[in-house]
Order: sequence, then structure tokens, then C-alpha cells
Amino acid sequence: MARPPARGTHTSTIPLSVRGVDRRTILRGAVGAGALLGVPSLLAACGSDTGTSSGGGATAKAGNVSFGINEAKGSGPANERLQAMADAYAKKNSVTVSVNAVDHNTFQESITTYLQGTPDDVFTWFAGYRMAQFAESGQISDISDVWPLDGIGDAFKKASTASDGKQYFVPVSYYPWAVFHRKSVFEKNGWTQPKTLDDLKALMTEMQGKKITPFAFAAKDAWAPMGTFDILNMRINGYDFHMELTKGKQKWDSAEVRKVFETWKTLLPFHQENSLGRTWQEAATSMAKGECGMYLLGTFVVDGVPTDAQEDLDFFTFPEIDSSIGSDALDAPIDGFCVAAGAKDQEAGKAFIKWLASAEAADAANNAASAPFIAANSAASTAKYGALQKKSVEVVQNAKSIAQFLDRDTNADLANTVITASLQDFIKNPGNIDSITTSIQQQAASILG
Amino acid sequence: MATSTARRQSRSIERRRGTRDRLVVTAMVGIPTILVVWLVWLPAVGSVLLSFTRWNGFQFSAIQWVGTKNYVDIATIYPPFWPAIRHNLIWLVFLFVLPTILGMVLAVVLDREMWGSRFYQTAFYLPVVLSLALVGFIWQLFYSTDQGLINEVFHSKVDWYGNPDVNLWAVLVATAWRHTGYIMLIYLAGLKGIDSSLREAAAVDGASEVKTFFHVIFPVMRPINMIVLVIVVIESLRAFDLVWIINKGRNGLELISALVSQNVIGEATRYGFGSALAVIMMVISSVFITIYLRIVFREDRR
Repeated sequence: MARPPARGTHTSTIPLSVRGVDRRTILRGAVGAGALLGVPSLLAACGSDTGTSSGGGATAKAGNVSFGINEAKGSGPANERLQAMADAYAKKNSVTVSVNAVDHNTFQESITTYLQGTPDDVFTWFAGYRMAQFAESGQISDISDVWPLDGIGDAFKKASTASDGKQYFVPVSYYPWAVFHRKSVFEKNGWTQPKTLDDLKALMTEMQGKKITPFAFAAKDAWAPMGTFDILNMRINGYDFHMELTKGKQKWDSAEVRKVFETWKTLLPFHQENSLGRTWQEAATSMAKGECGMYLLGTFVVDGVPTDAQEDLDFFTFPEIDSSIGSDALDAPIDGFCVAAGAKDQEAGKAFIKWLASAEAADAANNAASAPFIAANSAASTAKYGALQKKSVEVVQNAKSIAQFLDRDTNADLANTVITASLQDFIKNPGNIDSITTSIQQQAASILG
Repeated sequence: MATSTARRQSRSIERRRGTRDRLVVTAMVGIPTILVVWLVWLPAVGSVLLSFTRWNGFQFSAIQWVGTKNYVDIATIYPPFWPAIRHNLIWLVFLFVLPTILGMVLAVVLDREMWGSRFYQTAFYLPVVLSLALVGFIWQLFYSTDQGLINEVFHSKVDWYGNPDVNLWAVLVATAWRHTGYIMLIYLAGLKGIDSSLREAAAVDGASEVKTFFHVIFPVMRPINMIVLVIVVIESLRAFDLVWIINKGRNGLELISALVSQNVIGEATRYGFGSALAVIMMVISSVFITIYLRIVFREDRR
């Protein structure tokens, strides 16, 4: 029932004035993909002082800080990593880092009251409009003086920037969404990873012939089907249209969006039935058991499968649907940190957050935890990465355009009160595309207008 | 002389007592009044005012007046609203019919002090003390489509939580599981308080057990019935926790309280819209509260 530690459905609001931040340019094109992982030459330019505390204009001195994290104690590797970073920092600078560990969902649900009450100096958060909204309303601090950060590429910097052109966020990790499957199942049946929609359809039909449900599917958590919508929209209408739609510049009842739903409708029979009552963990289990052939999810899918199946997992990016659009866009949400405007010690907070973005922090986290994250810092060690992480890095590197996730790219009100329910409604009644898209658009106009 | 002194003395004592009494009374009336105004009326009035605005919950300066737009939107283009009203009503009727009657029957049976009645009493009451997160989890083990107990035992494939035609009833059963014990305990307390001479008199008159219950015991328990009535109405209007744990009140489990929360808690910050929903809920509750108060006052007058 709980959300995956790494995912986080947070969201974003598009206050009208934030629309100036054009995400298309943010994470787009070769610059975006290369820079997201840090271009090596950029690092080289930093010369010999690529240490952990060099660069940037911040003169902030390390001090005692409080650290609000969205992973409860004992919740697994995600908590271990954050705790390890706090410990490493405390030890390095002989300061106290008081960790305030809160359950993932609870943290998100109380974020607005948390920030307006007595927030911790530094807290975990997500890139995207949700971050920008807090910047807009003065809840988080301008930390542009800790930028640039060694090993953090340009695309990350843009994703950390709010509408006023200043940075309010530092990234620490990211994870792509892709189609996962068991290597052994594919090998046994002689299947190959599909490259086009026709390949995929042929594969799905063959799977059905062998009594395997092609796609595992869960929609009990309302955010889960957003991953399918995102990838279909990016494959059918392209990344630019997708981003314009999330920003309210395109209409939800347009022919393009309807085409997405029409295509999804043709794919639904290949998905697991009864998805509205199933959690993603249960869907992951049915893929691990071999009842389902594939599962479109973030890399956190590994948390839902038994250890023996984890080694056997492989993935591919969703195949091409329209050859003029290609298949080089995907969702890869970025997680990171902000300094609360209500922080007791801004300077200590800034010093801490600057260190959190360093390769040293990423290494401290990955060395202490049973499972690594994919570090945003390009200088971070990849020694702990398994095959999945290494491939994730590669996939993101090869992607031309990267979106955050529907509920992180879109106005939070629209995403959480309208789109969630509408996608579930579509899954229930795939025949009602017209009325569903019309309803989303009516509500979108009311919320964004 | 002596008496007049005494009288004067007693008068001054009275006066002293009078000021102290007055202070005590003022404090006893004043403090609760301030608390009620501050904690009940101000937020209520605040909600009503906010329901005509649009606000993201941050600076007060960001509040925009939008008139009745929120209400119009709720009634016309907000798909979950009407199902939510319907579900709240179903909830109310269901709680009246099943758990209340069942709780009453259990109370009557357990009141007979049969062997092991303490054990049954505890067993039936246990769900009430469990935290809701736990209740949600327990029923998830029963209802899970692929791994749940019910589908395993009956080899069925029913999507208990996901199928919008079924999930409301599945949740109502889980609610009844909790609610029955609660009602049972209240009736049990009521039955224990009944004068045994009433039963004896009925027995002497040759009334059967059933007749005794309906003609003697049940009417005497009128105050308890009133309390149960109010509890059921309140419980069904504020029904929230289970559906929130299951799927945040979506997909067949829409309830007004869950819609309010969806709009104001956490990820979404539609404070104006959420307030409008809360006001609608408040109006509906006031209807029931008014009916209840009228009955109570009419009785007092009698």
C-alpha cells in the first residue's frame, strides 16, 4: 500500500507565473541528455580541485542542522542512504545532524503545513513544478549561491531552477521508467525486446498464446497509470506536446489526447485485469512469478520482487509508435533537497545541502545501503551499481528528452484531484473516452483558469 | 443586636460568596464559550468564507474571491460529487440496518451471562480498539485479488477493492465489523442498567422473552437508542478513514469527507474548493442535528 521509497508522487503546481520556466528547453535534446549525467569535459574543466567542497560561491560554514527526510526508519535502503549521508556529514564536520524521519506518504501529505510550521533546515523533495511552486510562495530558500555544483550537469541545474531563474533545489538521484521483464522468461521463449509497436503487439499475442498476461498492471494507487499515459503521449504526440499539455497549453479534449486514450484502449486487453484493486507490489509479484510477461514501472520495481528474481530483471524503453516521433523520450524523475525558508540556520542549511549534492555524499549513501540509487553527481562511484542501475544510466544518457512524471510536471491540483480519478475512470470504462477527456478539460479550465 | 450582627455577617459572607460564585460562573461559562467560538465557530465561519474563494494555502494575499464558482463546479463538472452523496446515504442506511441491529442482538445475547460471554464480549469489541491502519491492513489480507484469503478459499477472482460495483459493499462489511462491537457495548451498558424488577414483573405477568424485550426493555432504553441514533448518523457522515486507507476515496469509494481531504490535504491545495465541499457536508449534518435537537427539546417540554 505504501508508495515506493524512491518514487514520490509529488507533483507540482503551475502557478501562472511559473510558466516562464520552459521545461522543453530544460531537459531537452542532446544537451539535456548529456548534461544530465554530467559531461566529463565539464568536470575536467574544474581541474584539480574537484574535491567535495570546492566551486560555487557559497561561503556558508558547516553547523548543526536538522534534516527532514521522507523515509521512515526501518523502511529499507532509501532510509539507510539518507541516514548514511547525515552521519557522514556529521562526522566529517563534527556537527550534529538531527534527522527527522517521517513516513513517505505522510511527509508528502503534510508538506504544506510542515513548511509553514517549524520545518527542518534541509528536507527531501522533488524537482519539477512542485518545487517551483514552493519557491514562488516563499516557502523554500534561494540557494543559487551554492551553485554551480561539481559533477552536477546543466540539465540538473535547470531542473533545480524556479521561475525567477534562481536555484532552490539540489538533485541527488533519479530513476527511469521503463518496461521490465524477466530475462530468463524471454530467453526460454526466444523472445526479444520489441522496438516498435508492431513488434510489441506480435510479442503480446505470442505471450497470450502461452497463457501469459503480457503486461502486469496496477492502478489502485492512482498515480501508477500515469506512467502509461506519459509514455504513450510521448510516443504518439511527442515530448513537446506532452510538456505543453502538462502546462495547460494544450487541451485535454484535443484529438491528440484522444488518440492516446484510443491507443491505450487497444492495449488494455493485453494488461492484467482488475487493475484498480491491485497495488504495484502485487503487480510486480505477478511479473516475478512469470504470470505476466512485462511491467511498465520505475526502477523501484525491484523493491516489489523477491531477491532471486531481482538478478533476473531486465528492461527496455517503451517501443516506438510513430516513426516520425521515435522512442527517445522517457520519464526519469529527479529526487533531491531544499532548504526551508523557515529554517533556523540558513547558512548551516546551505553548507549541508551543498555537500549533499557532492559525489562524496552519494558514495556515503550508496556504500552504507543495501541497494544503491543512481546518483545525480557524475563523479559519484558506480562500483555499487548492479546491472539495472548501469543500464538505467545508459538509457537516460541515450534519451533525448526527459520528463519528470505526470504528477510532478502538472499542476498539483489538476493532477491529484482530476487526472487521477479520470485515468481510473478510463480503465473502468475504456469506451467513454469522449466524456472523460471532456470532463478533464472542463475541470482543467476551471482549475488553471 | 446579636442577631443583626449575625445577619450582617452572613450577608457579607453571602456577598463574598456572591463575588466568588460570580467569578466561578463567569469562568465556567466564559472559558468554554471562548473555546467553542475559537475552535468551532471561527473555523466554521472561515470555511464558509473560504468556500467562495480560490486559495493555495500559502499567503493570505493570494486569496481570490470567486463567488459561487466552487459550488457551481462541484454540482456540474466535478464527477465524484454525486456518487459521494449517494455513497454517504448508502453508508447511513447500511449502518442502521446491519451493524446496529446485529450489535443489539449480540448485546441481548451476551447480557444473559452465558458461559464465555466475557470472551465473546472482548472478541466482538476488539475491532473497535484496533487502529484503522491495522483494520485496513487486516481486510486487505482478506480482499486482495491475487493473494487475498477470500479469493484463495473460494477460488474466485473478485476484485474486492477495485471493482466499483463491489468495493463499497466490501468496505461496508469491514466497517460493520468494527461498528457492531461499538453498538453492542453501548447496548450492553444500557441493558445492565435496567432495573431487574421490570423483567421480574414481566415474567410474573407471563410475557415471553421476545415480548418482554420489545414491550418493556426496548422502550426503557430510549435514551440509549437516542445515543445510538446520533452515533450512527455521525459515523456515517464522517466515514472516512477506511476508504482513505484503501484508495483515497476514489473509484467507487467516493465519500464527501474523502473529497474534502483530496482537495486540501497534501498534494493538492484547492482550499476554496475543498471548503465548499466541507460546507456542503456541514449543511447536510445540520439537517440531522436540527432534527435530533427538535426531538430532544420536544421530549424535554413533555
